[in-house]
Amino acid sequence: MHKDDQALIFEISKPGRIGYSLPEMDVPEIDINELIPAGYLREEEPELPEVSELDIMRHYTALSNRNHGVDSGFYPLGSCTMKYNPKINENVARYPGFAHLHPLQDESSVQGALELMYDLQEHLIEITGMDQVTLQPAAGAHGEWTALMMVRAFHEANGDHKRTKVLIPDSAHGTNPASATVAGFETITVKSGENGLVDLDDLRRVVGEDTAALMLTNPNTLGLFEEDILEMAEIVHAAGGKLYYDGANLNAVMSKARPGDMGFDLVHLNLHKTFTGPHGGGGPGSGPVGVKADLIPFLPKPVLVKQGDQFVLDYDRPQSIGRVKPYYGNFGINVRAYTYIRTMGPDGLKAVTEYAVLNANYMMRRLQESYDLPFDRHCKHEFVLSGKRQKKLGVRTLDIAKRLLDFGYHPPTIYFPLNVEECIMIEPTETESKETLDAFCDAMIQIAKEAEVNPEIVQEAPHNTVIGRLDETLAARKPVLRYQKQ
Amino acid sequence: MKHRYLPMTETDKQEMLETIGVNSIDELFSDIPERVRFKGEYNIKPKKTETALMKELTQMAQKNADLRSHTSFLGAGVYDHYMPVIVDHVLSRSEFYTAYTPYQPEISQGELQAIFEFQSMICELTGMDVANSSMYDGGTALAEAAMLSAGQTRRKKVLISSAVHPEAKEVVKTYAKGQYIEVIEIPHKDGITDVAALKDMINDEIASVIVQYPNFFGRIEPLKELEEIIHAQKSLFVVSSNPLSLGALTPPGKLGADIVAGDAQPFGIPTAFGGPHCGYFAVTNKLMRKVPGRLVGQTVDEEGRRGFVLTLQAREQHIRRDKATSNICSNQALNALAASVAMTALGKNGVKEMAISNIQKAHYAKEAFKTKGFEIAFEGPSFNEFVVKLNASVKDVNKKLLEKGMIGGYDLGRDYSDLKNHMLVAVTELRTKEEIDTFVNEMGDYHA
Repeated sequence: MHKDDQALIFEISKPGRIGYSLPEMDVPEIDINELIPAGYLREEEPELPEVSELDIMRHYTALSNRNHGVDSGFYPLGSCTMKYNPKINENVARYPGFAHLHPLQDESSVQGALELMYDLQEHLIEITGMDQVTLQPAAGAHGEWTALMMVRAFHEANGDHKRTKVLIPDSAHGTNPASATVAGFETITVKSGENGLVDLDDLRRVVGEDTAALMLTNPNTLGLFEEDILEMAEIVHAAGGKLYYDGANLNAVMSKARPGDMGFDLVHLNLHKTFTGPHGGGGPGSGPVGVKADLIPFLPKPVLVKQGDQFVLDYDRPQSIGRVKPYYGNFGINVRAYTYIRTMGPDGLKAVTEYAVLNANYMMRRLQESYDLPFDRHCKHEFVLSGKRQKKLGVRTLDIAKRLLDFGYHPPTIYFPLNVEECIMIEPTETESKETLDAFCDAMIQIAKEAEVNPEIVQEAPHNTVIGRLDETLAARKPVLRYQKQ
Repeated sequence: MKHRYLPMTETDKQEMLETIGVNSIDELFSDIPERVRFKGEYNIKPKKTETALMKELTQMAQKNADLRSHTSFLGAGVYDHYMPVIVDHVLSRSEFYTAYTPYQPEISQGELQAIFEFQSMICELTGMDVANSSMYDGGTALAEAAMLSAGQTRRKKVLISSAVHPEAKEVVKTYAKGQYIEVIEIPHKDGITDVAALKDMINDEIASVIVQYPNFFGRIEPLKELEEIIHAQKSLFVVSSNPLSLGALTPPGKLGADIVAGDAQPFGIPTAFGGPHCGYFAVTNKLMRKVPGRLVGQTVDEEGRRGFVLTLQAREQHIRRDKATSNICSNQALNALAASVAMTALGKNGVKEMAISNIQKAHYAKEAFKTKGFEIAFEGPSFNEFVVKLNASVKDVNKKLLEKGMIGGYDLGRDYSDLKNHMLVAVTELRTKEEIDTFVNEMGDYHA
């Protein structure tokens, strides 16, 4: 072990220590060998740690100190919408009447929970301009796949079995083609034009009677609004296909344009992005799906409906694609999103989008002289820069990202989208102050200067993190994926 | 407008508009075609102040019968367990919960190490070589296991025991439809997967056989016997398992499982009306490079210091795109952290003690029912659940119990037409002898 290594919890374990206080065993005990058949009683104990409660708290506090969250500092990670995670959300999600409910209790005993889910659905229907919403999908990718399974069921119900292809722009999120593939479709790439928008001629070329759907993010991953959206909808609909909206970028258009009004038939939302469910270090998320009326019969079951003043889970859905998840979705995240929407109200959500877009445009203009700006037009909630000028000086986008760590920032998304060389994708969100945006821009400008006069300092970054650049090749070539007692 | 989450002042706004070179924020939206532009504001409820909203939502929460104010005997895949208080204190460290996926390892070592420890603990409990960083939940983890088995064996049929959780079974079927895989149910006999039926149904077209251990009825499946039948056809053996039970039961990894998947909810994760919970996914070394989702691996930096990174990413959806066999992206990292803290607090001794306490208390309850004259369906060794036959509908009985402050067991008639009036009763370590006695007494007149 290196002297700076952070101990694993297993390495501070000591036989004889405990960190728990289990309820009393107050029933008469039977010899366990009489209760469990021979061969099925565990012989070797699992090597779990033996530590005291203080050991645990110190260990995890030390780990948290080696982690950067939105609460630690600016986190302009493009396409991830790393906005502030309100604290009221955390409190509400922990109310016993929400946190400690069993999903299989009698419906009469969970009316408050169903009411919250129903009202959240109603709010999301208005926000997206769709006709119905399901809260069942657990995350964005899960929502994408759920929606595509519905597209498949829709076409099959029409006896239309030749629609085997899903069209996806080359700038799309990587999950789009993966979701289409696991929903049983073949994917076809649609090219973007020089202006960063979908090339309509290419769309006309690939669309046809085998088109099941077009998946689109609007604004797209370059942060640009697809201005020809209505023409695209017409082209796809005329061919008999459905239009799918990847809602990862909804923060850019709330109260400005609704997917339902743009011609989309299905939409997924990431409640952990636009609607402040925290990202949790990679999850849990929540990925509701909204649909237009003709797709309602195919929603995953059960569907939450209101009968009189009662909220009821409807399982009698003969055309449903079936369940996509046990129970009713990531309720705890949905509670947080609902709390957020009710905290903001209609004027608040409108202001959210306006400031998200103002902030992105401001940063883009402040940085356009130091970095290449591939698309010089108003962006929406995020924008992309290219590090190709710095690349000529021997400084890669990865180096710029690592150098930002020295300034205490989480770097932007890098090398995505794939259609921009040395891409740097910045999404500030609306919850950051002008001072924060300015300080970050100053750092970016300084790094661009360093690349010219002192490239080593960028190439060798980071200089003051708890650990340097890690050997990823070693990790993949000789995988060590668990601790094992020596 | 002024709002506590929106820091821009009017002066800031004017300066920024000037830098951009526009006169108003509206101009920034000029690229949205007039025909699709939304005018005005959403027709949704007006915003509420912090205090008023908390009051409203407190009242909404209080309309529900929660497990803190009621005594629950409901399980069926989601359990009311001891949650060490420390779990929520660790979870509330916002460096964890406000972080994204750890793509920048230098400033994400805390999360990465916590996941590495989670992977290690899941391997220890399941007896498997490799575990990933988590899945959405037990049901989708099981579905991904079925998909993996089809990809690995290049076979298109999967057998699943009817004693697997009914909702997990439904999820497996939905996923299977996506990838054109056929799912066939193996019947149960007396509450255990029917071995004779399995022998008839299995052949060299079967990608995998999925069973649950302990199964949906609480019974302990004979994994050893099943394993031989399954591997004789080179099918993969997939076991869905409650990881708490593995504190006392022989781990599936020791009994020949190729994939073990399930939900870590029993470790420090609230029932939360069904989610978020925490799927886990563990495999043998042979399947390491086929695992869906994220994996954290150990490595070193330039100075030889130990560190952790996301690794073997060539498996993942964002790299494979249209070659992907799984599209999972977000997982349940924060709940994996909760499970890690709970497994750490319980530790080697506590996990065993808690598992055995479940077995003992459930056994006590089962005997108490028998003494009262109840018939136990599928009698035999079980973990923390068993099936009681009633002379009335489970729904009606549960309504009566609710009036007494109790949440009764699961109505098996919902999923099994031959099990009308059968209640699946769960008894965890949280239930006291007194609560069990009261429950059995209240059930007094309902024996078949």
